[in-house]
Amino acid sequence: MSKTEIRVGGLGGQGVILSAQIIGKAASIYDDKEATLIQSFGPEARGSACSAQVTIDTETIGYPYVKNPDVLVVMSPDAYAQFIPTLKPGGWLLYEEDLITLDERVPQGVKAFGIPATRFAEELGRRLVLNIVMVGFFAGVTGLVSYEAITNAVKTSVPKGTEDLNLRALARGYEYGCELARNSSS
Amino acid sequence: MHADPRGVLTGVHFIDGDHAACEGALAAGCRFVAGYPITPSTEVVERFASRIPTVGGVFIQMEDEIASSIAIQGAAWAGKKVMTVTSGPGLSLMMEHVGLAAITETPCVFVDVQRGGPSTGLPTLPAQADMMQVKWGSHGDYEVIALSPHSPQECFDLMIKAFNLAETYRVPVFFMMDEVVGHMTERVVIPPAEQIEVVERRWTRKPPGEYRPYDTDESLVPEMVKAGDGYRIHITGLTHDERGYPAMNPTAQDAMVRRICAKIRQHAEKLVDVRMDGVEGAEVVVVSYGITSRVAGAAVAEARRRGLKVGHLRLVIVWPFPARLVRELAPSLKAFVVPELNMGQMALEVERAAAGRTRTISVPHAGGTVHEPEAILEKILEAAR
Repeated sequence: MSKTEIRVGGLGGQGVILSAQIIGKAASIYDDKEATLIQSFGPEARGSACSAQVTIDTETIGYPYVKNPDVLVVMSPDAYAQFIPTLKPGGWLLYEEDLITLDERVPQGVKAFGIPATRFAEELGRRLVLNIVMVGFFAGVTGLVSYEAITNAVKTSVPKGTEDLNLRALARGYEYGCELARNSSS
Repeated sequence: MHADPRGVLTGVHFIDGDHAACEGALAAGCRFVAGYPITPSTEVVERFASRIPTVGGVFIQMEDEIASSIAIQGAAWAGKKVMTVTSGPGLSLMMEHVGLAAITETPCVFVDVQRGGPSTGLPTLPAQADMMQVKWGSHGDYEVIALSPHSPQECFDLMIKAFNLAETYRVPVFFMMDEVVGHMTERVVIPPAEQIEVVERRWTRKPPGEYRPYDTDESLVPEMVKAGDGYRIHITGLTHDERGYPAMNPTAQDAMVRRICAKIRQHAEKLVDVRMDGVEGAEVVVVSYGITSRVAGAAVAEARRRGLKVGHLRLVIVWPFPARLVRELAPSLKAFVVPELNMGQMALEVERAAAGRTRTISVPHAGGTVHEPEAILEKILEAAR
């Protein structure tokens, strides 16, 4: 696999940075690839625009910034509006479908996959785990990180005592992602 | 000797440069940090404060950077390995005490996670504009050592080296990170304690009465004692003689200032730490350090794809500057290209060392983000013409 660039965007409080951290950790530690994570956020703790850039490669990564991602994961309308013009034509768009409505700004040939991640998280008992649902969805749709790696990364990244809930959230997103990917390719 | 296993978090981690720098300090044996948290360096002290109770040591959040930079020196004379952590605005406040550390020869590490300046500038965004400040910032003549990591892994590895150098040479050592390296997350491998070499302070074996704090041998680095061991010592920021007592005359000044400069200058060759890639036979050599070296790497690769002979010289230890190396490379080159996140600081040093034997092309950037690789490529192409 050559270099893959990923942008994750949302609001402060949605767990944007943690979700990117988990994707990078899965690739870098458990899938034995190279990964860099760069994060940016506003001065507010909650509600400000927040995004992270993950690069995954089989070789050492020099330039760590993501300008035109191959994969865009968005959890808020603002993040969608800000980053959709940067998505590579033919890239993947993964979005929270209850919060974001797609429009004509989606670049040509983009493979778009929506998930009601917040609703799924609420059904699991805590809205907070929507980011982990998105992480599972990412792994299911793109296959860029193995399920085993992402599971290990979730287990070692979430607060102690919340592993079960988070792993259920991961599985929910992953299965939904696999199903959508299967349906779109068939 | 080997690192104390209590401070070593052996394993494979996915952490940012700030956290890795803290782990490097703990592995190196740092057991006292005084600081006044400031973006983008806060995570270093935040982690230290949470880790140190289980390792055994002290973190003090001081009232400001002036107090931080003097508290660490007190702790050093009490026998601890010490550091303080800051960014540009804090570093400016610390300058007076950098001079004190230099004249009293107190081993200490100053971490500077650089952000855009001057003044409060760009708190959350990168720069590399403090490179000359750490060399020249305090008044008077003295020498320092400065290292520039380009990845979280190097934040760990080089931090151990920084502490070892501080102990070996008894100078303030500057750890010149930048916001991107500090906040970028990557895999960091921390080896077992027995694979980490740490330098113990050079304690004197002389008994009280015979020991004189600033007596030296050919290394020019005096032996140390610590408070509480029964030695009566006097440590002062005034010009002093071998006994440590004020001696404010030209003879004592000459001996002291020459020695604290010479102890680094005479070891300058040993202190060269660079990474060279394709420098031999190159027509153009890009000189870079820190985060800019990674961006420059992309530009160098593209220039090579276009058939140009371009080498890359990365400074790991920035001060003392590898002047002989640059001087010797210069005659066979069309030019040096020096990209950095400032308006041309180390470019001046490259130019000085090249001494007219080749051109030096600065690629300045005011900071706030990194160069576009294309901007560096353009200057490489210009240099090769």
